[in-house]
Amino acid sequence: MSLLDPELAARAIERALARGGDLGEVYAEARTGFGVALDDGRVERPQSGSGRGVSVRVVAGDATYFGHVDGIGEEELLRVADSVSQAVSGGRPRTIALEAARAVQGHDIGRRPEDVDAATKADVLRRCDERARAAGDAIAQVSASYAENHQRIEVYNSDGVAAADDRTRVRLGVQVVARRNGTVETGHETRGGHAGFELIADNPEQVAAEAARKALTMLDAVDAPTGRMPVVVGNGFGGVLLHEAVGHGLEADAIQKEASIYAGRLGDKLAGDGITAYDDGSKANEWGSDGIDDEGTPTQRTTILENGELTAYLYDLVRARKDGARSTGNGRRESFRHLPVPRMTNTFFGPGEASEEELIAGVERGLYAVSFGGGQVEPATGDFVFGVSEGYLIENGKVTSPVRGATLIGNGVEALAAIDGIASDLSIATGYCGKAGQSVPAGVGQPHVRLRALTVGGTAA
Amino acid sequence: MSDADLQAIAGRAVDAAVAAGAGDAEAWVERSTERQIRVYEENVESLTDATSAGVGVRAFIDGRVGYAFGTDMSDDGLRAVAEAAHAAAEVADPDDYAGLPDESGSAAVDGLFASELAGWSTEQKIDLAVRIERAARACEGVSQVEDTVYSDGEGAVAIANSRGFADAYEATSSWTYCSAFAGEGGDRMTALGVGIGRHPGQIDPEEVGAEAGRRAAQLVGARQPSSRRCPVVLDTFVAASFIGFIGGMLSADAVQRGRSLFADRLGDEIADPLLRVADDGTDPGGFATGPFDGEGVARRRTPLIEDGRLGSYLYDTRTARRGDTQTTANAERGSYRTLPAVGTSNLVIEAGDAGFEELVSRCGDGLYVTDVAGLHSGVNPVSGTFSVGATGRLISGGELADPVREITIASDLVTMLRGLQAVGSATRWVPFGGSVKAAPLLLGEMSVSGS
Repeated sequence: MSLLDPELAARAIERALARGGDLGEVYAEARTGFGVALDDGRVERPQSGSGRGVSVRVVAGDATYFGHVDGIGEEELLRVADSVSQAVSGGRPRTIALEAARAVQGHDIGRRPEDVDAATKADVLRRCDERARAAGDAIAQVSASYAENHQRIEVYNSDGVAAADDRTRVRLGVQVVARRNGTVETGHETRGGHAGFELIADNPEQVAAEAARKALTMLDAVDAPTGRMPVVVGNGFGGVLLHEAVGHGLEADAIQKEASIYAGRLGDKLAGDGITAYDDGSKANEWGSDGIDDEGTPTQRTTILENGELTAYLYDLVRARKDGARSTGNGRRESFRHLPVPRMTNTFFGPGEASEEELIAGVERGLYAVSFGGGQVEPATGDFVFGVSEGYLIENGKVTSPVRGATLIGNGVEALAAIDGIASDLSIATGYCGKAGQSVPAGVGQPHVRLRALTVGGTAA
Repeated sequence: MSDADLQAIAGRAVDAAVAAGAGDAEAWVERSTERQIRVYEENVESLTDATSAGVGVRAFIDGRVGYAFGTDMSDDGLRAVAEAAHAAAEVADPDDYAGLPDESGSAAVDGLFASELAGWSTEQKIDLAVRIERAARACEGVSQVEDTVYSDGEGAVAIANSRGFADAYEATSSWTYCSAFAGEGGDRMTALGVGIGRHPGQIDPEEVGAEAGRRAAQLVGARQPSSRRCPVVLDTFVAASFIGFIGGMLSADAVQRGRSLFADRLGDEIADPLLRVADDGTDPGGFATGPFDGEGVARRRTPLIEDGRLGSYLYDTRTARRGDTQTTANAERGSYRTLPAVGTSNLVIEAGDAGFEELVSRCGDGLYVTDVAGLHSGVNPVSGTFSVGATGRLISGGELADPVREITIASDLVTMLRGLQAVGSATRWVPFGGSVKAAPLLLGEMSVSGS
C-alpha cells in the first residue's frame, strides 16, 4: 500500500518549487515499533509506537529549505510545500510528472516481528537473564532489551526519482554486571540486523553468554599500562575505530567544508599494501543496510581504501551535485523530521591473510583492545579517543591479563599508517551513529587489525 | 491548538485507556513549532520549519505498566494508542512500586514564554546568525567557521491522568551555537561558542561568535605534552559536562539498581565543602523548567550537594516509593515518544568567589581543560574512576601557557570533587551535561597522560 499518491507528490513538489529551486523533494514515512526490556529479573517498559509524517525539501544553489509535519494528509503536505517555497526567491516554477514509487529489491525478512506475539519477545529476555545468571556466582545484575522497527518510506523528487523502501530491523542487547570482592565490571553484547525475528530466535542465549563472559573476565583486570605501544584491535565492534577516526572524515559534507583531515587526499597512500576498506549499505541483512538511501539512491558498496590508497568520499545528492559526482547512496536521515546528510552505512576493513594468533604473536609488549565502550573524534584533525571496554595485555606474543581503564588516543591518519597486520576474520557489529543531531543504525566492523604503535592512556602509575 | 485543546485531547486519551481496561492511565500531549537556520559564509545553508504533535499514553493494570505513542489525535487515533498501551502493559511483570503520583500538581513558574519571539522575522534571525559567524571570523587566528546555527521553538505540553489531574503550559526557547576553526591542516583546532535564551533578543551574537573564535584561537599549535600529575582548571563548558554526568549518577534509579558510586552515600562528604549543587526545575533560565514534571508532579528545587555533603538523590514516583521517600519531581521526558524516566532537570552550581584569573593563578603549574572527549565511555559509573581525552592549555607559573592536545586526564570522581580548590564566580547557563548553570572549577591533582 503506497503512502503517497504520485500525482499529489508531483503537485507538492511543483508548489515547493513555485519560486524556483534546483531540486524539490517529498519524503513520506510510516513507522511502527515495539520494544521491551528486562531488569532485575522483571520484564518492564513494554512500549509500542507509531507515526507518520512527511517532509518537503528544496535545494536552491547552496541553500536548503526544509519543512516537515506529523501526518501524511494532502492538506498538511501542501501547507508545508507552500511554506518551504516562501523562503526561495528568484527562480521560475516548473511542471513535474512522476511515476509511482517503486521499491527496489529489499533485504529478506524471514519472520515478520509484528507477527510474533509480545509474550515470546518477553520470553527471549527471560531466557537471556537465566543464561547470564548461570555464568557464575559473581553475576550481580542482568538487563536485556529487545527492539523492532518497521519503517516504510517513499521519496519523490523533481529529477524524476520515485522510490520506495520497506525496512525491518530487530536488535537484542544484554548487559551484565559482575561483582567480586568490591570489584564491579560490566559486559555488554548486542545482535541486530536488517532482518526478521529469526535473527533473534536463533540462540539468543549466546548474546547473554558473551556479555557475561566479558563482565566476568574483567573482574580479574589489572590497571591499564600507559605509553606508546603496539595495539591489536579486535574484530567486529573494533571497527568503531575505522568508523570514527576515518569514516566520518570521508563524508562529503566535512570534505567540502574542509572540516576533514582527509580533504584533498584522494589518491594518497594512507595505509599499507593490502589494506582495503568499504562502506556497503547493500550488504545482505546487515544492521546498516537498506534498499535505497533516504534520497532514493540505491545503496551500494563503495571502496574507500584500496591497497592503502584513499579512493572515495561518501556522497548524498546535494554534495554530489556540488562536486559533479554521483551519490554513493549515503544520503541518510533518522526520520522525516531530519535533513539527509552524508553518512556511513556499514563501514569495515576487508579481510587480510593473517590469523588473530599471528598478529598477537608478533607483539612483545602491547595492548589487545577487543571492544570499545565508545569514542569520540575531532574530524578537523582526526584526533580520537576511545575507551577500551574489554582489553588485555600482550606480553611476549601472548594475551595475558585483562586490563581496565585503558583509552586509545591517537590520530586517524597516523593510525591508518600504523596498520601492519590484518587478519581474515571479518565480522560486523551493530551501532548507532550520531551526527548533526540525528541517530541512525550503522554497522561497524573489521577483522583483527594490528597497529605498530598507538598511545594508550592507562590508569597504572 | 490551544492549551485547552491539548488538555482535552489528553483527557480523551485517558478515558480511552480506562475504557480499554486500564486501572489507571496518564496521557502526555505535545505540540511544537520549530525553526532552525544554518548559515555558512554569510548565506543561508539551510532553513527548517517544523511542526510536530503527538500523544503518549501510560496504562497501568495492577502494577503492570505499558506505554504507547502515536501522532493521530482523532478519536480513532487516540483509541488505537490507548489500546496499544493497554496491550503492552499485559506483557510487563508486576511492579510493586508502579503507579500514578500520590500528589499531582503544578509549581508557579514565570518567564517560560516570551511573546517577543513572535516579533522576530526570519530575515532578522538570519541576520543574527550571520553576525555570529562574522564575529567568529573576525577573531585573530580563526581560519574557518564551519557551522553557525540559530534555532528557536514554541511549544505546549498537556498532561491528564485518571485521578483527575490535568494541566498544560507553553514555553519558548531560542539557542545558537557556532563552531570555529583556528590554524591550518593537521594543526587545526576547533571550538564552540553558545548562547541561549527564551527569545533571540537575549542572545548577544557578537559574544557567541567571539567566544567560538577565542576558544579555538587559543589552541593553535597544540602539541602532546609529557605526562604529569598536576592541578586542573575546568572551564565552564567542561565543568558543566562533569557536573551533568555526576547528576545523572544521582538518579535514584541508577542508585537502586546498584549502578552508581553514590549508592549508600547520603550524608557523606563526597566533595569539598566549597561545592554546592542543586537540581532546580523552577529556575526560568533553565530549558528543563516547567510547572510540572513528566508525570504531573510540581517542579521544585532539590539541593544535591550542600557544603560538600550528598543531600539527596533524584526521584520520580516509582523510585521514591521503592526508596520509601518523596518524589523530587524528576520524572523527565524526551518527548511524547518516550516513557518518563528519572533524570536531572536543570543543575545549578552555586557561584564561588574566584575570578578566572585567580583560578589560573592559584593553580600555579597545571592544566586548563577546554574540552573533554569520551566522558560517557571513559567513566566507570560504579567505581567512579575515569580516563577521558582532553584538550586545553598548560598553566605555568600561574599563567595560561602552551596549548595541548591528545592527552587524557584520569582520576576518580569523588577524589576529584574532594580535591576541589575553588569555584569560579561567573556562572552561566550552558547546554552541556544537560541544562546546567555552571562555573569554572579549580581541582586538585590529576594524572595527565601525554607522551
